[in-house]
Amino acid sequence: MNKIIISGFGGQGVLSLGKFISYSAIEQNLNTSWLPSYGPEMRGGTANCSVIYSHEEIAAPVIDRPDIMIAFNEPSLDKFEGSVKEGGTIIINSDIVHKKTTRKDVKFYEIPVDTLAAAINKRGANVYMLGILLPLFGGDISEESAIHAVEHVFESKPKVIPSNIECLKAGIEYMKNLMK
Amino acid sequence: MKKLWKGNEAIAEAAVAAGCRYFFGYPITPQNEIPEYMSWRLYEVGGAFIQAESEVSAINMVYGAASAGARAMTSSSSPGISLKQEGISYIAAAELPCVIVNMMRSGPGLGGIQASQGDYFQATKGGGHGDYHCIVYAPSTVQEFVDIMYNAFDVADEYRNPVMIIGDGMLGQMMEPAEIPPMKDAAEMFEKYHKNEWATCGHSDGKPRIINSLRIEPDENEEFTIRLYKKYEEIAKKETKVEEYRMDDAEYVFVAYGSVARICKAAIVELREQGIKAGLIRPITLYPYPTATIEKAAKNPNVKKFVTVEMSMGQMVEDVRLAVNGQKPVEFYGRSGGNVMMPADLVKYIKEGK
Repeated sequence: MNKIIISGFGGQGVLSLGKFISYSAIEQNLNTSWLPSYGPEMRGGTANCSVIYSHEEIAAPVIDRPDIMIAFNEPSLDKFEGSVKEGGTIIINSDIVHKKTTRKDVKFYEIPVDTLAAAINKRGANVYMLGILLPLFGGDISEESAIHAVEHVFESKPKVIPSNIECLKAGIEYMKNLMK
Repeated sequence: MKKLWKGNEAIAEAAVAAGCRYFFGYPITPQNEIPEYMSWRLYEVGGAFIQAESEVSAINMVYGAASAGARAMTSSSSPGISLKQEGISYIAAAELPCVIVNMMRSGPGLGGIQASQGDYFQATKGGGHGDYHCIVYAPSTVQEFVDIMYNAFDVADEYRNPVMIIGDGMLGQMMEPAEIPPMKDAAEMFEKYHKNEWATCGHSDGKPRIINSLRIEPDENEEFTIRLYKKYEEIAKKETKVEEYRMDDAEYVFVAYGSVARICKAAIVELREQGIKAGLIRPITLYPYPTATIEKAAKNPNVKKFVTVEMSMGQMVEDVRLAVNGQKPVEFYGRSGGNVMMPADLVKYIKEGK
Protein backbone atom coordinates (compact mmCIF):
# COMPACT_ATOMS: atom_id res chain seq x y z
CA MET A 1 0.00 0.00 0.00
CA ASN A 2 1.09 3.54 -0.68
CA LYS A 3 -0.58 6.74 0.44
CA ILE A 4 0.48 9.65 -1.71
CA ILE A 5 -0.25 13.37 -1.49
CA ILE A 6 0.47 15.43 -4.60
CA SER A 7 0.26 19.18 -4.29
CA GLY A 8 1.04 22.28 -6.33
CA PHE A 9 -0.46 25.22 -8.18
CA GLY A 10 -3.54 24.63 -10.30
CA GLY A 11 -2.35 24.00 -13.86
CA GLN A 12 0.77 22.03 -12.92
CA GLY A 13 -0.99 18.76 -13.64
CA VAL A 14 -1.19 17.83 -9.98
CA LEU A 15 -4.66 16.29 -10.17
CA SER A 16 -3.92 14.40 -13.37
CA LEU A 17 -0.68 12.99 -11.92
CA GLY A 18 -2.89 11.46 -9.23
CA LYS A 19 -5.22 10.08 -11.87
CA PHE A 20 -2.28 8.50 -13.74
CA ILE A 21 -1.39 6.61 -10.56
CA SER A 22 -4.98 5.45 -9.98
CA TYR A 23 -5.45 4.39 -13.62
CA SER A 24 -2.17 2.46 -13.46
CA ALA A 25 -3.14 0.85 -10.15
CA ILE A 26 -6.50 -0.35 -11.40
CA GLU A 27 -4.74 -2.07 -14.30
CA GLN A 28 -2.56 -3.90 -11.77
CA ASN A 29 -5.78 -5.12 -10.10
CA LEU A 30 -5.02 -3.00 -7.06
CA ASN A 31 -7.64 -1.10 -5.11
CA THR A 32 -7.23 2.62 -5.48
CA SER A 33 -8.80 5.92 -4.53
CA TRP A 34 -8.24 9.45 -5.85
CA LEU A 35 -9.53 12.34 -3.79
CA PRO A 36 -9.04 15.85 -5.16
CA SER A 37 -9.22 19.15 -3.36
CA TYR A 38 -11.93 21.30 -4.88
CA GLY A 39 -13.42 24.73 -4.48
CA PRO A 40 -11.76 27.66 -2.68
CA GLU A 41 -8.77 25.51 -1.76
CA MET A 42 -7.92 25.41 -5.46
CA ARG A 43 -8.01 29.15 -5.99
CA GLY A 44 -5.61 30.00 -3.16
CA GLY A 45 -2.23 28.35 -2.83
CA THR A 46 -2.50 24.72 -3.58
CA ALA A 47 -4.41 22.20 -5.58
CA ASN A 48 -3.82 18.77 -4.18
CA CYS A 49 -4.99 15.21 -4.37
CA SER A 50 -4.75 12.20 -2.09
CA VAL A 51 -4.08 8.94 -3.90
CA ILE A 52 -4.02 5.51 -2.34
CA TYR A 53 -3.34 2.13 -3.89
CA SER A 54 -3.52 -1.09 -1.94
CA HIS A 55 -3.99 -4.84 -2.17
CA GLU A 56 -6.54 -4.47 0.65
CA GLU A 57 -9.88 -2.66 0.71
CA ILE A 58 -9.25 1.07 1.08
CA ALA A 59 -10.94 2.47 4.17
CA ALA A 60 -10.41 6.21 4.49
CA PRO A 61 -9.72 8.07 1.23
CA VAL A 62 -8.31 10.94 3.29
CA ILE A 63 -4.63 10.72 4.23
CA ASP A 64 -3.27 12.01 7.52
CA ARG A 65 0.19 10.43 7.24
CA PRO A 66 1.34 10.04 3.62
CA ASP A 67 4.10 7.61 2.62
CA ILE A 68 5.04 9.88 -0.26
CA MET A 69 4.49 13.62 -0.66
CA ILE A 70 5.21 15.47 -3.88
CA ALA A 71 5.44 19.25 -3.74
CA PHE A 72 5.26 21.18 -7.00
CA ASN A 73 5.45 24.51 -5.16
CA GLU A 74 6.67 25.91 -1.83
CA PRO A 75 3.28 26.35 -0.11
CA SER A 76 2.71 22.63 -0.72
CA LEU A 77 5.98 21.70 0.97
CA ASP A 78 5.11 23.94 3.93
CA LYS A 79 1.62 22.54 4.21
CA PHE A 80 2.35 18.82 4.00
CA GLU A 81 5.98 18.10 4.97
CA GLY A 82 5.11 17.76 8.67
CA SER A 83 2.55 15.05 7.96
CA VAL A 84 4.81 12.63 6.05
CA LYS A 85 5.39 9.28 7.77
CA GLU A 86 8.73 8.69 9.46
CA GLY A 87 10.92 7.04 6.85
CA GLY A 88 8.59 8.30 4.12
CA THR A 89 9.54 10.24 1.02
CA ILE A 90 9.33 13.89 0.06
CA ILE A 91 9.87 14.86 -3.57
CA ILE A 92 10.06 18.48 -4.68
CA ASN A 93 9.99 20.05 -8.10
CA SER A 94 13.29 21.87 -7.59
CA ASP A 95 12.67 24.16 -10.57
CA ILE A 96 10.01 25.88 -8.46
CA VAL A 97 10.77 24.93 -4.86
CA HIS A 98 14.02 26.55 -3.78
CA LYS A 99 14.23 25.25 -0.25
CA LYS A 100 14.84 21.92 1.38
CA THR A 101 12.73 19.99 3.81
CA THR A 102 13.29 20.55 7.51
CA ARG A 103 12.59 16.88 8.15
CA LYS A 104 15.59 14.68 8.96
CA ASP A 105 13.67 11.42 9.12
CA VAL A 106 12.49 11.17 5.52
CA LYS A 107 14.04 10.49 2.12
CA PHE A 108 14.25 13.74 0.20
CA TYR A 109 14.53 14.05 -3.57
CA GLU A 110 15.00 17.33 -5.46
CA ILE A 111 13.99 16.80 -9.07
CA PRO A 112 14.16 19.67 -11.60
CA VAL A 113 11.22 18.10 -13.32
CA ASP A 114 10.20 21.14 -15.43
CA THR A 115 13.69 21.38 -16.98
CA LEU A 116 14.00 17.62 -17.45
CA ALA A 117 10.60 17.31 -19.11
CA ALA A 118 11.02 20.44 -21.24
CA ALA A 119 13.72 18.70 -23.28
CA ILE A 120 11.00 16.27 -24.42
CA ASN A 121 7.60 17.94 -23.87
CA LYS A 122 7.17 21.31 -22.17
CA ARG A 123 3.89 20.19 -20.66
CA GLY A 124 5.09 16.75 -19.62
CA ALA A 125 6.40 17.54 -16.12
CA ASN A 126 3.67 15.61 -14.33
CA VAL A 127 4.12 12.52 -16.51
CA TYR A 128 7.88 12.82 -15.95
CA MET A 129 7.07 12.82 -12.22
CA LEU A 130 5.01 9.67 -12.70
CA GLY A 131 8.18 8.10 -14.08
CA ILE A 132 10.09 9.31 -11.02
CA LEU A 133 7.53 7.60 -8.78
CA LEU A 134 7.45 4.17 -10.40
CA PRO A 135 10.83 2.95 -9.04
CA LEU A 136 9.75 4.19 -5.58
CA PHE A 137 6.66 1.98 -5.81
CA GLY A 138 8.98 -1.04 -5.86
CA GLY A 139 7.35 -2.87 -8.75
CA ASP A 140 3.73 -2.43 -7.58
CA ILE A 141 2.97 -0.60 -10.80
CA SER A 142 4.58 -1.69 -14.05
CA GLU A 143 5.84 0.61 -16.79
CA GLU A 144 3.30 -0.98 -19.09
CA SER A 145 0.37 -0.09 -16.81
CA ALA A 146 1.66 3.48 -16.54
CA ILE A 147 1.89 3.71 -20.33
CA HIS A 148 -1.71 2.52 -20.62
CA ALA A 149 -2.76 5.12 -18.05
CA VAL A 150 -1.09 7.86 -20.09
CA GLU A 151 -2.75 6.58 -23.26
CA HIS A 152 -6.10 6.50 -21.49
CA VAL A 153 -5.91 10.01 -20.02
CA PHE A 154 -4.77 11.50 -23.35
CA GLU A 155 -7.22 9.42 -25.40
CA SER A 156 -8.76 12.57 -26.89
CA LYS A 157 -5.35 14.09 -27.71
CA PRO A 158 -3.48 11.22 -29.38
CA LYS A 159 -0.79 13.56 -30.75
CA VAL A 160 0.68 14.17 -27.30
CA ILE A 161 0.83 10.51 -26.29
CA PRO A 162 4.28 9.59 -27.74
CA SER A 163 6.10 12.54 -26.12
CA ASN A 164 4.40 11.86 -22.81
CA ILE A 165 5.43 8.22 -22.92
CA GLU A 166 8.96 9.44 -23.62
CA CYS A 167 8.73 11.68 -20.51
CA LEU A 168 7.53 8.71 -18.48
CA LYS A 169 10.43 6.51 -19.61
CA ALA A 170 12.96 9.28 -19.04
CA GLY A 171 11.57 9.80 -15.51
CA ILE A 172 11.93 6.13 -14.71
CA GLU A 173 15.55 6.08 -15.93
CA TYR A 174 16.40 9.30 -14.06
CA MET A 175 15.07 7.91 -10.78
CA LYS A 176 16.68 4.50 -11.24
CA ASN A 177 20.06 6.24 -11.61
CA LEU A 178 19.39 8.43 -8.59
CA MET A 179 18.50 5.43 -6.45
CA LYS A 180 21.61 3.43 -7.43
CA MET B 1 -15.28 -4.75 -15.78
CA LYS B 2 -14.14 -2.33 -13.14
CA LYS B 3 -13.27 1.14 -14.30
CA LEU B 4 -12.11 4.23 -12.49
CA TRP B 5 -15.19 6.38 -11.90
CA LYS B 6 -15.75 9.73 -10.27
CA GLY B 7 -18.51 9.33 -7.65
CA ASN B 8 -20.86 11.82 -9.30
CA GLU B 9 -20.43 10.34 -12.78
CA ALA B 10 -20.76 6.77 -11.51
CA ILE B 11 -24.07 7.51 -9.84
CA ALA B 12 -25.32 9.17 -13.03
CA GLU B 13 -24.36 6.17 -15.20
CA ALA B 14 -25.83 3.77 -12.62
CA ALA B 15 -29.12 5.70 -12.85
CA VAL B 16 -29.08 5.34 -16.63
CA ALA B 17 -28.37 1.62 -16.24
CA ALA B 18 -31.29 1.40 -13.80
CA GLY B 19 -33.62 2.69 -16.51
CA CYS B 20 -33.73 6.37 -15.52
CA ARG B 21 -34.55 8.34 -18.65
CA TYR B 22 -35.45 11.78 -17.30
CA PHE B 23 -33.30 14.13 -15.27
CA PHE B 24 -34.32 17.57 -14.07
CA GLY B 25 -31.90 19.70 -12.14
CA TYR B 26 -30.24 22.98 -11.42
CA PRO B 27 -26.48 23.36 -10.96
CA ILE B 28 -24.81 23.50 -7.55
CA THR B 29 -21.38 22.42 -6.33
CA PRO B 30 -20.31 19.72 -5.42
CA GLN B 31 -22.71 17.62 -7.52
CA ASN B 32 -22.43 19.34 -10.91
CA GLU B 33 -20.92 16.32 -12.63
CA ILE B 34 -24.27 14.52 -12.24
CA PRO B 35 -26.34 16.95 -14.39
CA GLU B 36 -23.35 17.51 -16.66
CA TYR B 37 -23.11 13.77 -17.35
CA MET B 38 -26.86 13.38 -17.75
CA SER B 39 -27.04 16.34 -20.13
CA TRP B 40 -25.38 14.28 -22.88
CA ARG B 41 -25.83 10.72 -21.71
CA LEU B 42 -29.63 10.65 -21.54
CA TYR B 43 -29.90 11.62 -25.21
CA GLU B 44 -27.89 8.54 -26.15
CA VAL B 45 -30.54 6.31 -24.56
CA GLY B 46 -33.63 8.14 -25.79
CA GLY B 47 -34.25 10.10 -22.61
CA ALA B 48 -34.27 13.79 -21.83
CA PHE B 49 -32.39 16.21 -19.63
CA ILE B 50 -33.72 19.58 -18.58
CA GLN B 51 -31.80 22.24 -16.73
CA ALA B 52 -34.72 23.87 -14.97
CA GLU B 53 -34.94 27.54 -14.05
CA SER B 54 -34.80 26.63 -10.37
CA GLU B 55 -34.70 23.72 -7.95
CA VAL B 56 -38.41 24.19 -7.28
CA SER B 57 -39.17 23.70 -10.96
CA ALA B 58 -36.81 20.73 -11.23
CA ILE B 59 -38.50 18.73 -8.46
CA ASN B 60 -41.93 19.53 -9.88
CA MET B 61 -40.78 18.27 -13.27
CA VAL B 62 -39.79 15.05 -11.51
CA TYR B 63 -43.30 15.01 -10.00
CA GLY B 64 -44.76 15.28 -13.48
CA ALA B 65 -42.54 12.66 -15.10
CA ALA B 66 -43.08 10.23 -12.20
CA SER B 67 -46.86 10.76 -12.53
CA ALA B 68 -46.59 9.58 -16.11
CA GLY B 69 -44.79 6.43 -14.94
CA ALA B 70 -41.28 7.37 -16.01
CA ARG B 71 -38.12 6.67 -14.08
CA ALA B 72 -37.11 10.24 -13.24
CA MET B 73 -34.61 11.79 -10.89
CA THR B 74 -33.07 15.00 -9.69
CA SER B 75 -29.87 15.75 -7.83
CA SER B 76 -28.64 18.71 -5.89
CA SER B 77 -26.64 19.73 -2.85
CA SER B 78 -27.88 20.93 0.51
CA PRO B 79 -29.30 24.45 -0.19
CA GLY B 80 -30.85 23.15 -3.40
CA ILE B 81 -32.36 20.17 -1.59
CA SER B 82 -33.98 22.59 0.88
CA LEU B 83 -35.68 24.29 -2.06
CA LYS B 84 -37.00 20.95 -3.31
CA GLN B 85 -38.67 19.98 -0.04
CA GLU B 86 -42.19 21.14 -0.87
CA GLY B 87 -42.12 19.05 -4.03
CA ILE B 88 -40.70 16.02 -2.22
CA SER B 89 -43.56 16.17 0.30
CA TYR B 90 -46.05 16.34 -2.58
CA ILE B 91 -44.41 13.39 -4.33
CA ALA B 92 -44.51 11.33 -1.13
CA ALA B 93 -48.16 12.26 -0.61
CA ALA B 94 -49.03 11.45 -4.22
CA GLU B 95 -47.22 8.10 -3.70
CA LEU B 96 -44.95 8.49 -6.67
CA PRO B 97 -41.62 6.77 -7.24
CA CYS B 98 -38.54 8.85 -7.95
CA VAL B 99 -34.93 9.21 -6.85
CA ILE B 100 -33.33 12.31 -5.34
CA VAL B 101 -29.58 12.60 -4.80
CA ASN B 102 -28.14 14.98 -2.22
CA MET B 103 -24.36 15.47 -2.31
CA MET B 104 -24.20 17.32 0.96
CA ARG B 105 -22.15 20.46 1.49
CA SER B 106 -21.77 22.41 4.68
CA GLY B 107 -24.61 24.58 5.92
CA PRO B 108 -26.49 26.29 7.38
CA GLY B 109 -27.51 28.81 4.75
CA LEU B 110 -25.43 28.87 1.62
CA GLY B 111 -22.63 27.63 3.86
CA GLY B 112 -19.60 26.24 2.05
CA ILE B 113 -18.98 23.68 -0.67
CA GLN B 114 -16.86 21.19 1.23
CA ALA B 115 -18.16 17.81 2.44
CA SER B 116 -20.66 17.69 5.29
CA GLN B 117 -23.37 15.52 6.81
CA GLY B 118 -25.47 18.34 8.18
CA ASP B 119 -28.62 17.29 6.30
CA TYR B 120 -29.28 14.11 8.30
CA PHE B 121 -32.28 15.56 10.10
CA GLN B 122 -33.66 16.98 6.86
CA ALA B 123 -33.25 13.68 5.00
CA THR B 124 -34.58 11.33 7.67
CA LYS B 125 -37.10 13.31 9.68
CA GLY B 126 -39.17 14.66 6.85
CA GLY B 127 -37.53 17.67 5.29
CA GLY B 128 -40.77 18.92 3.86
CA HIS B 129 -44.02 19.33 5.74
CA GLY B 130 -46.35 16.64 6.96
CA ASP B 131 -46.20 13.00 8.00
CA TYR B 132 -44.05 11.32 5.40
CA HIS B 133 -40.63 9.79 4.87
CA CYS B 134 -38.26 9.27 2.01
CA ILE B 135 -36.39 5.98 1.97
CA VAL B 136 -32.86 7.24 2.61
CA TYR B 137 -29.64 5.50 1.62
CA ALA B 138 -26.12 6.58 2.58
CA PRO B 139 -23.51 4.72 0.52
CA SER B 140 -19.85 4.96 1.51
CA THR B 141 -17.92 3.96 -1.61
CA VAL B 142 -18.31 4.72 -5.31
CA GLN B 143 -19.22 1.06 -5.96
CA GLU B 144 -21.86 1.17 -3.25
CA PHE B 145 -23.23 4.37 -4.80
CA VAL B 146 -23.60 2.48 -8.05
CA ASP B 147 -25.23 -0.57 -6.48
CA ILE B 148 -27.67 1.47 -4.43
CA MET B 149 -28.61 3.73 -7.32
CA TYR B 150 -29.05 0.69 -9.58
CA ASN B 151 -31.57 -0.68 -7.08
CA ALA B 152 -33.12 2.62 -5.96
CA PHE B 153 -35.71 2.93 -8.75
CA ASP B 154 -36.91 -0.61 -8.04
CA VAL B 155 -37.35 0.21 -4.35
CA ALA B 156 -39.10 3.47 -5.27
CA ASP B 157 -41.40 1.64 -7.72
CA GLU B 158 -42.06 -1.25 -5.34
CA TYR B 159 -43.34 1.06 -2.60
CA ARG B 160 -44.34 4.04 -4.73
CA ASN B 161 -42.26 6.27 -2.51
CA PRO B 162 -39.43 8.73 -3.16
CA VAL B 163 -35.92 7.42 -2.48
CA MET B 164 -33.20 9.79 -1.40
CA ILE B 165 -29.52 8.90 -1.73
CA ILE B 166 -27.20 11.06 0.30
CA GLY B 167 -23.49 11.45 -0.19
CA ASP B 168 -21.17 14.36 0.30
CA GLY B 169 -18.66 16.41 -1.64
CA MET B 170 -15.91 13.92 -0.86
CA LEU B 171 -17.78 10.92 -2.27
CA GLY B 172 -19.02 12.90 -5.26
CA GLN B 173 -15.61 14.22 -6.23
CA MET B 174 -13.41 11.20 -5.54
CA MET B 175 -12.54 8.46 -8.02
CA GLU B 176 -12.56 4.75 -7.27
CA PRO B 177 -12.87 1.55 -9.27
CA ALA B 178 -16.49 0.60 -9.86
CA GLU B 179 -18.44 -1.68 -12.13
CA ILE B 180 -21.73 -0.55 -13.66
CA PRO B 181 -24.27 -3.40 -13.96
CA PRO B 182 -26.04 -4.13 -17.27
CA MET B 183 -28.75 -1.80 -18.58
CA LYS B 184 -32.30 -2.45 -17.37
CA ASP B 185 -35.06 -2.08 -19.92
CA ALA B 186 -37.17 0.98 -19.05
CA ALA B 187 -40.30 -0.42 -20.73
CA GLU B 188 -39.90 -3.74 -18.93
CA MET B 189 -39.65 -1.90 -15.61
CA PHE B 190 -42.90 -0.08 -16.45
CA GLU B 191 -44.60 -3.45 -16.87
CA LYS B 192 -42.93 -5.10 -13.90
CA TYR B 193 -44.21 -2.51 -11.45
CA HIS B 194 -47.70 -2.37 -13.01
CA LYS B 195 -47.46 1.31 -13.80
CA ASN B 196 -50.06 0.80 -16.50
CA GLU B 197 -52.55 0.48 -13.64
CA TRP B 198 -52.08 3.99 -12.25
CA ALA B 199 -49.77 6.19 -14.32
CA THR B 200 -51.21 9.16 -16.20
CA CYS B 201 -49.54 8.17 -19.42
CA GLY B 202 -52.46 8.47 -21.81
CA HIS B 203 -52.88 4.73 -22.33
CA SER B 204 -55.65 4.04 -19.85
CA ASP B 205 -58.99 2.40 -20.44
CA GLY B 206 -60.67 5.76 -20.94
CA LYS B 207 -61.39 6.31 -17.25
CA PRO B 208 -59.74 9.45 -15.86
CA ARG B 209 -56.76 8.96 -13.58
CA ILE B 210 -55.88 11.52 -10.99
CA ILE B 211 -52.53 11.97 -9.27
CA ASN B 212 -53.11 14.22 -6.31
CA SER B 213 -51.81 15.10 -2.87
CA LEU B 214 -54.85 17.11 -1.75
CA ARG B 215 -57.07 15.25 0.74
CA ILE B 216 -59.22 17.95 2.22
CA GLU B 217 -61.50 15.64 4.20
CA PRO B 218 -59.82 14.89 7.62
CA ASP B 219 -60.98 11.27 7.81
CA GLU B 220 -59.83 10.59 4.29
CA ASN B 221 -56.47 12.21 4.98
CA GLU B 222 -56.02 10.32 8.27
CA GLU B 223 -56.85 7.04 6.59
CA PHE B 224 -54.27 7.88 3.94
CA THR B 225 -51.47 8.77 6.40
CA ILE B 226 -52.14 5.62 8.44
CA ARG B 227 -51.81 3.60 5.25
CA LEU B 228 -48.61 5.49 4.44
CA TYR B 229 -47.16 4.57 7.82
CA LYS B 230 -48.15 0.91 7.38
CA LYS B 231 -46.08 1.09 4.21
CA TYR B 232 -43.12 2.48 6.18
CA GLU B 233 -43.42 -0.42 8.66
CA GLU B 234 -43.17 -2.85 5.77
CA ILE B 235 -40.21 -0.90 4.35
CA ALA B 236 -38.48 -1.06 7.75
CA LYS B 237 -38.93 -4.84 7.82
CA LYS B 238 -37.73 -5.48 4.29
CA GLU B 239 -35.35 -2.72 3.32
CA THR B 240 -33.25 -1.84 6.40
CA LYS B 241 -29.57 -2.21 5.56
CA VAL B 242 -26.56 -2.01 7.86
CA GLU B 243 -22.92 -3.12 7.90
CA GLU B 244 -21.26 -4.37 11.05
CA TYR B 245 -17.48 -4.10 10.90
CA ARG B 246 -15.29 -5.96 13.42
CA MET B 247 -18.13 -6.03 15.92
CA ASP B 248 -17.58 -9.61 17.17
CA ASP B 249 -15.48 -8.62 20.18
CA ALA B 250 -15.73 -4.82 19.99
CA GLU B 251 -15.63 -2.82 23.21
CA TYR B 252 -15.76 0.60 21.59
CA VAL B 253 -18.40 0.97 18.91
CA PHE B 254 -18.32 3.74 16.34
CA VAL B 255 -21.60 4.51 14.64
CA ALA B 256 -21.09 6.39 11.39
CA TYR B 257 -22.39 6.48 7.82
CA GLY B 258 -21.13 7.45 4.39
CA SER B 259 -17.59 8.74 3.98
CA VAL B 260 -17.15 9.15 7.74
CA ALA B 261 -17.69 5.41 8.24
CA ARG B 262 -14.59 4.82 6.11
CA ILE B 263 -12.56 7.12 8.32
CA CYS B 264 -13.81 5.12 11.31
CA LYS B 265 -12.71 1.88 9.64
CA ALA B 266 -9.19 3.24 9.21
CA ALA B 267 -9.19 4.30 12.88
CA ILE B 268 -10.40 0.83 13.93
CA VAL B 269 -7.51 -0.84 12.10
CA GLU B 270 -5.07 1.46 13.91
CA LEU B 271 -6.75 1.00 17.30
CA ARG B 272 -6.71 -2.77 16.96
CA GLU B 273 -3.01 -2.69 16.09
CA GLN B 274 -2.60 -1.00 19.47
CA GLY B 275 -4.68 -3.67 21.21
CA ILE B 276 -7.88 -1.65 21.52
CA LYS B 277 -10.97 -3.53 20.39
CA ALA B 278 -13.02 -1.14 18.32
CA GLY B 279 -15.79 -1.83 15.84
CA LEU B 280 -18.26 -0.03 13.63
CA ILE B 281 -21.98 -0.08 12.98
CA ARG B 282 -22.59 1.57 9.62
CA PRO B 283 -26.20 2.33 8.75
CA ILE B 284 -26.63 1.97 4.97
CA THR B 285 -30.27 2.99 5.19
CA LEU B 286 -30.73 6.08 7.36
CA TYR B 287 -34.49 5.72 7.01
CA PRO B 288 -35.50 3.07 7.91
CA TYR B 289 -32.86 3.17 10.64
CA PRO B 290 -31.09 -0.03 11.77
CA THR B 291 -32.28 0.43 15.35
CA ALA B 292 -32.34 -3.32 16.08
CA THR B 293 -28.63 -3.73 15.26
CA ILE B 294 -27.70 -0.96 17.68
CA GLU B 295 -30.08 -2.32 20.34
CA LYS B 296 -28.40 -5.71 20.04
CA ALA B 297 -24.95 -4.17 20.45
CA ALA B 298 -26.14 -2.14 23.46
CA LYS B 299 -27.16 -5.40 25.16
CA ASN B 300 -23.79 -7.02 24.42
CA PRO B 301 -21.74 -7.09 27.66
CA ASN B 302 -18.46 -6.61 25.67
CA VAL B 303 -19.54 -3.16 24.53
CA LYS B 304 -18.33 -0.34 26.80
CA LYS B 305 -19.58 2.65 24.87
CA PHE B 306 -20.79 4.05 21.58
CA VAL B 307 -19.17 6.96 19.78
CA THR B 308 -21.23 8.48 17.00
CA VAL B 309 -19.03 10.21 14.44
CA GLU B 310 -20.51 12.70 12.02
CA MET B 311 -19.54 15.68 9.89
CA SER B 312 -22.11 17.74 11.75
CA MET B 313 -22.77 19.07 15.23
CA GLY B 314 -24.54 15.83 16.12
CA GLN B 315 -27.69 14.70 14.34
CA MET B 316 -27.67 10.92 13.86
CA VAL B 317 -26.44 10.64 17.46
CA GLU B 318 -30.07 11.21 18.52
CA ASP B 319 -31.17 8.03 16.74
CA VAL B 320 -28.26 6.14 18.29
CA ARG B 321 -29.31 7.35 21.76
CA LEU B 322 -32.91 6.27 21.08
CA ALA B 323 -31.71 2.80 20.09
CA VAL B 324 -29.22 2.41 22.95
CA ASN B 325 -31.93 3.68 25.31
CA GLY B 326 -29.63 4.48 28.21
CA GLN B 327 -28.06 1.02 28.38
CA LYS B 328 -24.55 2.28 27.52
CA PRO B 329 -22.92 5.71 27.21
CA VAL B 330 -23.36 7.33 23.79
CA GLU B 331 -20.75 9.96 22.96
CA PHE B 332 -20.35 12.20 19.95
CA TYR B 333 -17.38 13.25 17.86
CA GLY B 334 -18.01 15.70 15.05
CA ARG B 335 -16.47 18.20 12.70
CA SER B 336 -18.47 20.78 10.86
CA GLY B 337 -18.18 23.66 8.44
CA GLY B 338 -16.80 21.39 5.73
CA ASN B 339 -13.91 20.03 7.78
CA VAL B 340 -13.17 16.32 7.80
CA MET B 341 -11.87 14.36 10.76
CA MET B 342 -8.79 12.17 10.28
CA PRO B 343 -8.43 8.57 11.47
CA ALA B 344 -5.79 9.79 13.97
CA ASP B 345 -8.35 12.15 15.55
CA LEU B 346 -10.63 9.20 16.28
CA VAL B 347 -7.76 7.06 17.61
CA LYS B 348 -6.87 9.89 19.98
CA TYR B 349 -10.49 10.34 21.01
CA ILE B 350 -10.88 6.69 21.97
CA LYS B 351 -7.53 6.59 23.80
CA GLU B 352 -7.81 9.91 25.60
CA GLY B 353 -11.54 10.50 25.63
CA LYS B 354 -11.25 13.79 23.76
